[in-house]
Amino acid sequence: MSTAEDVVTEAPAIEAVPKRAMTLGTGTSVVVLLLLLAVPLFAKNFIIFQLTQLLYLGLAVLALNILTGGSGQFSLGQSAFYAVGAYVTAVMMEAFNINYVLCLPIAGVLCFGFGFLFGQPALRLSGVYLALATFALATAMPQLLKLNFLEHWTGGVQGLVVTKPDAPFGLPMSQDMWLYYFTLAIVLAIYIFSVNLLRSRSGRAFMAIRDNEIAASAMGVNVALYKTLAFGVSAGITGVAGGLSAIAVQFVAPDSFTITLSIQLFLGMVVGGVGWLPGSIVGAAFIIFVPNIAEGISKGLSGAVFGVLLFFVIYLVPHGARQVAIMGQQLVGRLKKN
Amino acid sequence: MTQAQLAQGTSPLLAVHDVSVVFGGIIALNGVSFDMHKGQILGLIGPNGAGKTTLFNCLSRLYQPSSGDILMEGASILSRPPHRIAEIGIGRTFQNVALFPNLSVMDNVRVGAHSKTSSDIISDSLRLAWVRRSESSVNEKVHEILAYLKLEDVAHTVVSGLPFGTQKRVELARALAADPKILLLDEPAGGLNHEEVYVLGDLIRRIRDDRHMTVLLVEHHMGLVMSIADHVVALNFGKKLAEGTPAQVQADPDVIKAYLGSKDQ
Repeated sequence: MSTAEDVVTEAPAIEAVPKRAMTLGTGTSVVVLLLLLAVPLFAKNFIIFQLTQLLYLGLAVLALNILTGGSGQFSLGQSAFYAVGAYVTAVMMEAFNINYVLCLPIAGVLCFGFGFLFGQPALRLSGVYLALATFALATAMPQLLKLNFLEHWTGGVQGLVVTKPDAPFGLPMSQDMWLYYFTLAIVLAIYIFSVNLLRSRSGRAFMAIRDNEIAASAMGVNVALYKTLAFGVSAGITGVAGGLSAIAVQFVAPDSFTITLSIQLFLGMVVGGVGWLPGSIVGAAFIIFVPNIAEGISKGLSGAVFGVLLFFVIYLVPHGARQVAIMGQQLVGRLKKN
Repeated sequence: MTQAQLAQGTSPLLAVHDVSVVFGGIIALNGVSFDMHKGQILGLIGPNGAGKTTLFNCLSRLYQPSSGDILMEGASILSRPPHRIAEIGIGRTFQNVALFPNLSVMDNVRVGAHSKTSSDIISDSLRLAWVRRSESSVNEKVHEILAYLKLEDVAHTVVSGLPFGTQKRVELARALAADPKILLLDEPAGGLNHEEVYVLGDLIRRIRDDRHMTVLLVEHHMGLVMSIADHVVALNFGKKLAEGTPAQVQADPDVIKAYLGSKDQ
């Protein structure tokens, strides 16, 4: 019997990293943590505010990373989940006088539900079609927030001012510094939970779906359930990030949550390395600081300079910060050998 | 062989009963019936387009038969969605290898144990004690299987970079991780060279004997089927042509005609 040889065709849809390389080593983690703890002690309030921004945007990038890097689903709708988280937090704090510490988990759970429900119709879509459907969500959200009947709570087009919380227990800290450490604690906790999740049975199910849906299903993975769960988890974390942003910025308005935010988060994910969770913070740093650097180089052409810088990053290190980290590791390895 | 013969009298483990599949106007399967008994290696043969893969996809619930029934230990599987087939003890491999290319060998095999374990996203995020216990028992099982299939050296390698033959072994390991009662192998010899095919044949027999499995082998490679199968079912144009021992099926004039063509053609 002679039959045509089977041709192996492999199309890795999305670049991803194996699980072992998903986190930083213990040594690096400790150094990064110490830096994050120490920097605000020597910085001005404005810098501390920017670092807080870095943390919560990093959290939003991490959420997208779980969805795209983990389960292989695209989303340009993250700004919508972010907006819901921010608004829920702001409205609860201002209209209902609920403590901000309680508002964040409520925002997270609500956004999880929202994301899980949105994941249901999204099940029928994949790749660019899913990107379009989530794009629609992001486009609709700012207008929904302006609706008349919600104006009593949301403040309509004007938005809503949020009171900045003081440091509790009479701690001798500025509001900015307290908010930074508060944000850091939440972001670290969620980072650890996310790493645990992706390393677990559920995380393997996400990645199995990303790599091959039919095979995942044959192994007993409920593809529909895990895809919607990934949407829910991602939306929930994005909601917490949005809530933190509302507290830090002290203001929410519909037009802060346009599709541009979604695209920035997407950019952050790619620059940080798709599927590499520590890269999220690097990606966030890119979207916060590089536009400023671009403006420093040329005021009139800042957009063009940013574009050129982005182009260089994608051209030189297409896998983003993760690739830089791997190159660094190899360099250290080589130096140790010599 | 003896195991299979002993089981002949008892009720079948898997019964394919009068299954037909129609796509539009094309009849891909036409009233096919056969039984599989515990411990058997059943070879399903037939030329291209005979309906082997269609039948295979009915068993893994990717296709819904237009009529007929498939019974696993007496219970119909046709109301189950595809992801609930693994839990009743049906494991499979794929024709062109369908691994999770970006995951390590170890993780691929761990996914194989998905149907045998349970968890939820909250317990997993918090790494609760019961999750850690379940993970360590999965790891133990996975290591045992990797050792059994001599895959320990590549346990932490990402599968997309492995040679094709090794990938096929990883797929087998992944299927074994769920401890299936029936192992469905879709053209396992495809893409292997002459020597590898015989190694594979030994391996399939060994898995059947050591791990007490029943194997459905869909295969083009006649030599492999004839040397390891206890029972052979031959299909052509969606119909069952012949059934019996390898020798009986090989001697069947209809089977010879289907494979080689008749004299007057």
